[in-house]
Amino acid sequence: MRTVAARTAGTEPVRSVGDSARRAFLAILWRDLYVTGKEFWVLLVQVALTPLFMLFIFAKVLVEQGSVSAAYGHNLLLPGIIALSAFLTSLQSVAFPLVMEFGWTKEIEDRLLAPLPTDLVAVEKLLMATMRGLIAAMLMYPIGALVLGSAPWHPDRIPLLLLALLLGAWVGAGIGITIGTLVPPARISLMFGLILTPLMFTGATQYAWPLLDTMRWFQVVTAFNPLTYCAEAVRAAMVPTVPHIRPWISIVALVASAALFTATGVLSFRKRAQS
Amino acid sequence: MSGTSGVDDAPAVEVVDLVKRYPKREDNAVDGLSFTVRPGEVFGLLGPNGAGKSTTVGILTTRLPATSGAARLSGIDLLRDPVSARARLAVVAQRPNLDRSLTPRQNLTFHAAYHGVGRADRNERAAALLEQFGLADQADAKVDWYSGGMAQRLMIARSLIHEPDVLFLDEPTTGLDPQARLFVWDRIGELRDRGVTILLTTHDMNEAADLCDRVGIVDHGKLLALDTPEALTRGIRAQAVLDLSVTPAAQEHLATLLSDLGAVEGVERVEQPAASPAAAGAQDQGPAAGDLPATVQIRLYLSADPALVLPAVVGLLSGRSAALTNVRIGTGSLEDVFIDLTGRGLR
Repeated sequence: MRTVAARTAGTEPVRSVGDSARRAFLAILWRDLYVTGKEFWVLLVQVALTPLFMLFIFAKVLVEQGSVSAAYGHNLLLPGIIALSAFLTSLQSVAFPLVMEFGWTKEIEDRLLAPLPTDLVAVEKLLMATMRGLIAAMLMYPIGALVLGSAPWHPDRIPLLLLALLLGAWVGAGIGITIGTLVPPARISLMFGLILTPLMFTGATQYAWPLLDTMRWFQVVTAFNPLTYCAEAVRAAMVPTVPHIRPWISIVALVASAALFTATGVLSFRKRAQS
Repeated sequence: MSGTSGVDDAPAVEVVDLVKRYPKREDNAVDGLSFTVRPGEVFGLLGPNGAGKSTTVGILTTRLPATSGAARLSGIDLLRDPVSARARLAVVAQRPNLDRSLTPRQNLTFHAAYHGVGRADRNERAAALLEQFGLADQADAKVDWYSGGMAQRLMIARSLIHEPDVLFLDEPTTGLDPQARLFVWDRIGELRDRGVTILLTTHDMNEAADLCDRVGIVDHGKLLALDTPEALTRGIRAQAVLDLSVTPAAQEHLATLLSDLGAVEGVERVEQPAASPAAAGAQDQGPAAGDLPATVQIRLYLSADPALVLPAVVGLLSGRSAALTNVRIGTGSLEDVFIDLTGRGLR
């Protein structure tokens, strides 16, 4: 049996702080990739079922019954649902685990004690959640096409689509980290009901924002939800004939929201890590 | 004492006037703490619950910001350069904080990867540590299935895989069964023999006395005493004790007996240790008629040589038809020092 020897001076190369932080960052990123890969179907079940059922009921069942026109599913709901998947998946896939890891299981401590600045642990969480949101949205596109029979397709607008989804997932991740580090474990169900449900339904995912001009107050309310701009930009990319907020406005609003919630997320993560 | 100081004069841990005040609190959780830990030393912070031990460890392991003061680890300023310090230290937390998404073996290898240990090296070290900590058979099970003792062993193994300069153990045996506790003590003893510097917190006197080269007694965030366990126990007021097991006569009034024992020359104080089964009931009324006379434990704190006091005590007891069933002559324990310094009040 070989026992691990105590540190023998001089055998290990002395690493700079930057080098050790880079290695630690990649290692914790690899840990999250590994764990996400291992349990990706769990994540999909958790986050993709709600949008999928919404799509099925509103764009398939109600169309079959004649209550809703077929165009509603293709033009309004499917783009909205794809945007919602990016946003919601990244938000939930980071917020729920963070509440648990900080509150009950303390699992995160090992990564907080890795040789890298605490802010970088938050950045890694943000990066990982954004990736998960993007992947979920990209899966929702073909699944939606299967449910509806077809899906709008504009190859020349794919860069806008990807940019909108990337930014939407990033904003969701920022909000997720902020919630996940601010909400005490005992309050998790209450806060998710209070925050998630309004976010889902004021985000212009089931309706077009410009057409809300007959309900001015609701149009104003939805303008404060970053998800609105994600859904509008996705709609601009997928169904350009439907009235939508001008893409550059949506992108600027998403970039601003991403910056804001990245800042709040990193700050509240730092505060939570030090308590 | 480790006796190795002088080889390397830089302290492993150096704490100077450390203060921590939590927001919205009147008192400082850590209130001007200063001490140094020498390389290769096992240093114990002993104190009641809420004394500030865990907060101190939190600051020294870069998890908590200090309010003021200075702390260095292997010469690195912990408060200014936490990232460099994290590469040199390891912590075994009070509560299990294993990564439940990973297997036990992966808990070790990923931890090593966070600390920049190469792939071949970390796999080899993980296998060796799992073997050493008796976990090789369950290395690829689920962490959730581990018992408290196994989780504790895995956490210690994990803390060692990046070969830290200083190992922090926050109440390493709290809540473990006796076997697991002995196992952990043996491992700590091995680490000490290999020259790993250890700072542990505990409220277990035996743990502090058996494992530590030096012990700092902390309460209300302040250091009350700091020395080797032997020197600490030598310094307390009552130097020796007589532990008596006595079966009083049936009609005996226990309170009278105790006060008479207290009046014997050389006896400073009489006490019934908390463990005594008869202590509570027999205190005032004595054994009820018809009951078998109960044996009571009595501890006499002496100011004179036990050999001189004992004959008088035996004489007094036999004069009152009390049967003396057991006698132990003891010197003061670390527990006496602890109670003496921190008081008897519950926390």
